[in-house]
Amino acid sequence: MNVASYFNTMDYAPSMEDDSGARAWLARHGGRFGHFIGGKFTAPSEGFETREPASGKVLAVVSQGLEGDVNQAVAAARKAQKGWAVLSGHERALKLYALARIIQRNARLLAVLEALDNGKPVRETRDIDIPLAARHFYHHAGWAQLQESQFPDHDPVGVIGQVIPWNFPLLMLAWKVAPALALGNTVVLKPAEATPLTALLFAELAQAAGLPEGVLNVVTGDGETGALVTKHEDIDKVAFTGSTEVGRKIREATAGSGKSLMLELGGKSPCVVFEDADLDAAVEGVVDAIWFNQGQVCCAGSRLLVHEAVAEDFHARLAVRMQTLRLGSSLDKTIDMGPVIDAGQRARIASMVDCAVASGAELVQAKIVTPETGTFYPPTLLCNVPATAEAATEEIFGPVAVSMTFRTPGEAAQLANHSRYGLAASIWSENINQALELAAKVEAGIVWVNCTNVMDAGVGFGGVKESGFGREGGREGCYDYLKPRLFAKAPERKPFVPAKAKGFTFDQVDRTAKLFIGGKQARPDGNYSRAVVGASGEVVGEVGEGNRKDIRNAVEAARGAASWGAKTQHNRAQILYYLGENLSVRASEFADRLRAMTGVKADKAKAEVAASVSRLFSYGAWADKFEGAVHMPPMRGLAIAVPEPLGVVGVVCPPELPLLGFVSTVAPLIAAGNRVVAVPSEPFPLSATDFYQVVETSDVPAGVLNIVTGEAGSLCKELAKHNDVDGLWAFGSGDLSEVVERLSTGNLKRTFTDYGRAWDWSAAVFEGEEFLRRATQVKTIWVPYGE
Amino acid sequence: MPETAMTQTTEPVAAGHNSERNAGMPLDLAAVNAVQANRSATERRAASLPGRRAVKGDAQSAWLLKAVTCIDLTTLNGDDTDGRVRRLCAKARRPIRADILNALGMGDRRITTGAVCVYHRFVATAVDALKGSNIPVAAVSTGFPAGLVPHDVKLAEIEASVKDGAEEIDIVITREHVLTGNWPALYDEMRDFRAACGDAHVKAILATGDLKTLRNVARASLVCMMAGADFIKTSTGKEGVNATLPVTLTMVRAIRQYREMTGAKVGYKPAGGISKAKDVLTYFALMKEELGREWLDPELFRIGASSLLADIERQLEHRVTGAYSALNRHPIG
Repeated sequence: MNVASYFNTMDYAPSMEDDSGARAWLARHGGRFGHFIGGKFTAPSEGFETREPASGKVLAVVSQGLEGDVNQAVAAARKAQKGWAVLSGHERALKLYALARIIQRNARLLAVLEALDNGKPVRETRDIDIPLAARHFYHHAGWAQLQESQFPDHDPVGVIGQVIPWNFPLLMLAWKVAPALALGNTVVLKPAEATPLTALLFAELAQAAGLPEGVLNVVTGDGETGALVTKHEDIDKVAFTGSTEVGRKIREATAGSGKSLMLELGGKSPCVVFEDADLDAAVEGVVDAIWFNQGQVCCAGSRLLVHEAVAEDFHARLAVRMQTLRLGSSLDKTIDMGPVIDAGQRARIASMVDCAVASGAELVQAKIVTPETGTFYPPTLLCNVPATAEAATEEIFGPVAVSMTFRTPGEAAQLANHSRYGLAASIWSENINQALELAAKVEAGIVWVNCTNVMDAGVGFGGVKESGFGREGGREGCYDYLKPRLFAKAPERKPFVPAKAKGFTFDQVDRTAKLFIGGKQARPDGNYSRAVVGASGEVVGEVGEGNRKDIRNAVEAARGAASWGAKTQHNRAQILYYLGENLSVRASEFADRLRAMTGVKADKAKAEVAASVSRLFSYGAWADKFEGAVHMPPMRGLAIAVPEPLGVVGVVCPPELPLLGFVSTVAPLIAAGNRVVAVPSEPFPLSATDFYQVVETSDVPAGVLNIVTGEAGSLCKELAKHNDVDGLWAFGSGDLSEVVERLSTGNLKRTFTDYGRAWDWSAAVFEGEEFLRRATQVKTIWVPYGE
Repeated sequence: MPETAMTQTTEPVAAGHNSERNAGMPLDLAAVNAVQANRSATERRAASLPGRRAVKGDAQSAWLLKAVTCIDLTTLNGDDTDGRVRRLCAKARRPIRADILNALGMGDRRITTGAVCVYHRFVATAVDALKGSNIPVAAVSTGFPAGLVPHDVKLAEIEASVKDGAEEIDIVITREHVLTGNWPALYDEMRDFRAACGDAHVKAILATGDLKTLRNVARASLVCMMAGADFIKTSTGKEGVNATLPVTLTMVRAIRQYREMTGAKVGYKPAGGISKAKDVLTYFALMKEELGREWLDPELFRIGASSLLADIERQLEHRVTGAYSALNRHPIG
C-alpha cells in the first residue's frame, strides 16, 4: 500500500502504539518478577508465564505465591497498618494524591503494558482504564482528607485481602486499593494470574511516590494463592471481584470468621430498548455494552430486550453496525476489539454460542477480518434465543449478546428481573416517564438511562442478588472499608442457661400463641408447642414450635407483600408511629411480661418498653429521612443513588432484651421497605407474640411482618438456605453467625451478624443510620440529559 | 456497511455530478416525527470515534489529499472582489504544490478542490477563472446567510446564479419553519428551491447552530431530503456554532435512514469550524463508519472551509520533508 492506493481505497492503515517503554520496564526486571512485599520485590521464585493474548508470546515470568509469601505479605500489612491508620486524614490524602499523580505521569507506560498483558485495545486502556484509575485515587485522596469529619464514628477495618480479576487489571486495583488505603487500611492484593504486570508496576511506582512500606503488598499467583489470601486468619476483610462461583467459595470459607466481605460478581445485565428509543444511539449502546473490552465486563449488557415493534429494525441496524467493528492487535489504534484473554476463554465462548445455535438461536456474526494469531472471537449476536438456553441465562463473558423481545413496559421489567443476577441494566427510551419507571423497578445495583458502562470513582458500583454485595466508589463505597465503633469491643455473649422448669401456672385464660404469618395468627405446621420458662422456673406460656414449612409459608407471605417497598415513605412512617402508639397503650402489660419471662426489675422492664416505643418512633422518623444522594460524576446529567430495600429479610432476634431486641432489628428493616420473617428471642418469645395484637391494630399490611417462634438455630438454618430470602440478620451464638454465612451462599444473601458478641441493644447508639444502611442497598441511576 | 474497500480511481470530474440525483419523495410526517436523537448518546459516540480510528503514515497523506478534493474552497465576505475570487480559483486548480504531490507519488493525479463557493455576485467571475478545470462553482443563495428575503426573491436569486453558470446552489432554509415544527412549509420551500435549481445540484444549509437541538437537526435533515436536496449542509459559517461531530453524526444518520427509505444517496457537507487537518480525518472516519466508502468522495462529501487547505498543505509538507512547515511556503489562496 502507498499513498496512491490508500487514496483509492480510503482504507485504514495499522497504527501501532510504541511499546518500547513497556518492553524496557520488563527488561529492567529481567522478565522475571517476585512479589512486592514490605516495600520491595522479593526474589523471583517458581512461577508461571504471563502472555500477550494478541500474539501468544510470553511477556514475563511471575512468581506463584505460596503460603510463606502470603504470610509474609499479611505480616507486612499488619505491621504497617497501625502507623498508616494513625496518620491524619490529610497526611494520607497527600499519599493518595501522589499515587494519582504518579499514575498520570506514567499513564502511557501503564496503558501499553496493560494492553499487552490483557489484550484489550490500547485505546481503552489509554482513554478509560488508566484515567479512571487515576480518578479513583484523586477522589479517594479526598475521602482521606475528609475522613475525620465525615466518618467520626468509624475506624478502618484493618488489613484487607483483595483478589481482583483480569478484565480491568489496574482499574480494579484502583477501585479496591484507593478506598482501602484512603481510609486507613493496609492491603494484600492478589492480581489475576493472567494479568499481574500492571499491579507490579503500580506497586513499584507507589513506592517511588512515597507510600510507606507494607501499606500495599502484591502477591502474584493463581486461584490457590487467592484462596490463601482470603482464608488468612490475620486478614480482617476480603474484597473480591470475579465469578459468582468463586465468590460463593469465599463466602463459605470465611463464614463465621468475622471477616467482612465485599463481593463484586457476575452478571447478565439487561439492555432494554423501547420503541421510542433513539435506535442508532441504542445500537452504539450495545457496542459499548457488549463489544467493549471484548465483552469481558461483569456489567456487560449481554441480554438485549427489544420492544417487538422495533425489534426487526433494531436487529438489522445492529447487524450492519457489527460489520464496521474492527478486530486486531491490542496496540493497533484503529481497532474496536482485541483478543479475548486466552484460548480457554475463547473455547468456552464458542461452545456456549454453539449450544445456543443448536437449541434454535439465530446467529448473527460480523463477517469481518479476524487476525490469524491470537485468541480472537468475533462480535456476535444471538437472536430468538430460547429462554431455556444456557446462553440466555448464564454469563458468557465474551462479545456475545443474546436478544429477546417484549411487548409492554411491565413485561420488560419482568424479563429484566428474571435472572439470578442483578448487577446493571441499561434502558433506552426518549420518554423519561417510561425510562425512570423501569429504572425504579429493575433489580440491579446500577441503572444506566440512555447510556451504558459509564463509571466514576464518585459513584457507587456493585450488584444485588447473586451479583454480590458491597459498593465501590463514592461515600457508599467508603463504608465498605470502615467499621462502626458501635460494634467494637463487645464481650462474647454468655450462653443462656434456662431456669429449671417447675410447672405450669395459669392465672388467666389460656393464651397459647400461634405463629403470625401473612397477617393472620397461624397454627404451626407441626402442631407442637414449646414452653416458655420464666426466670424463677415457672412456665409462663407456650408458643408454637415453628418448622421449615412455617418458614416456607412465612417467606411466601413476605414475598407476596411486595407493595410494601413501593409504599410512600410517609405511609411507612405513619405505620411505625402507629405501632409505637399502640405499644405504649399496652406498656404495663408488656413490662409485666418482661418481668415474668426474664425476671428483670420493674423499672428495667418499664425502661425496655419505653425504649422500644422510642425506637419505633425513631424508625418512623427515619422512614422518610433516610435518603439517597445525587452524585457529581464528570458528566452532564444526574447520578442518583437511591437506598432500596433488600426485599425479604429473615431476622433471628437477639436472645436477650426480648422486646427491644425484636423492635431494634425488625423496625429498621420495615422502615426501609423490607418484608420481614422474624424469629423472636428463643428463650423469651412472648413479647413478640404479644406484639401480634399491636401489629393487627396498627394497619401493618399482611405479610410485611411475619413471626415464627421456635428453636432459633434450626429456623435460622432454614432461612439461610431459603433461596427466596434476600437478606438475613442473625444475633446469638458465634455458631449461629457461622451457619448464617455458610448457608447463605445459595443466593448470596446480604447477612448481618454479631459473631456471638453481646451488643448492648439498649444503648442509644444502637439505632439509626448504621442499621438502615444494612437494611438497604444503593441503586445508582445514571441519567445523562441534554436535548 | 455493504460498501467495502474498492479500488476505483476517483478523479474529480465535475465532482458530485455523476451520480443519480435525489428525486425526493412525498412528505412523510409520521417518519419525520418518529425521528429521535439523544444528545448525550450522540456526543458519546462522537467523542469516542477519534480514539478508535487513528490514521497515520501513507494513509494519512492519502486521506488529506482526498480531503482537498472534497473542499468547497470558499470566500463569503463583504469585502470580496473580482481579484480576490480569481486568486481563490487559482488556488482551487492547484491546491497542493507539485513537488509535494510528486514526493507522495501522486504527481500524476489531478488534485483540485471539490468546488469554489462564492456569493452570486462572483459566480460569473469564478466560472471564468475555472474554465477548463471541471471544477464546479457553487453559489450560496436564497438570501444567505439568514434566508429572510421574500420567497420569490430567493427563487430569482437561484435562477440568476444558475444562469451565470453555477452548477451547485447552497440554499439556506427558513429556520422558523423548523423552530415552529412547520414541516410542510419547510418541505414546500425546499421543493421550490430544488425546482428553481434545474440541473444544478442543491445543497440545503440547515444552519444547525440556529436549530439548537439534535432532534430538530435530524427532522429538518429528513424533510429537506424528502423535498429533493442533493446534499445537506450544516451551516453558513455565520452562526455562533457551525459544524460539530454530534451534529454530523445526527445528519449522516438521517442520510442513512433516507437511503434505507428510498435508496437515494444524499451527500453531506459540514461547513465552518473545520480548520485543522486532524479534524478532517475524524470527519472522514465518521463518514466511513456511518455511511461507508462511497461517502468519502466529492460526489457525496464536501467540506465548506477556507483555512483548512493551508493546514493540510503544511501537514503534507511535513510528511514529505520531516520538517514542520510554515504558511508562507505554500501559495496563497
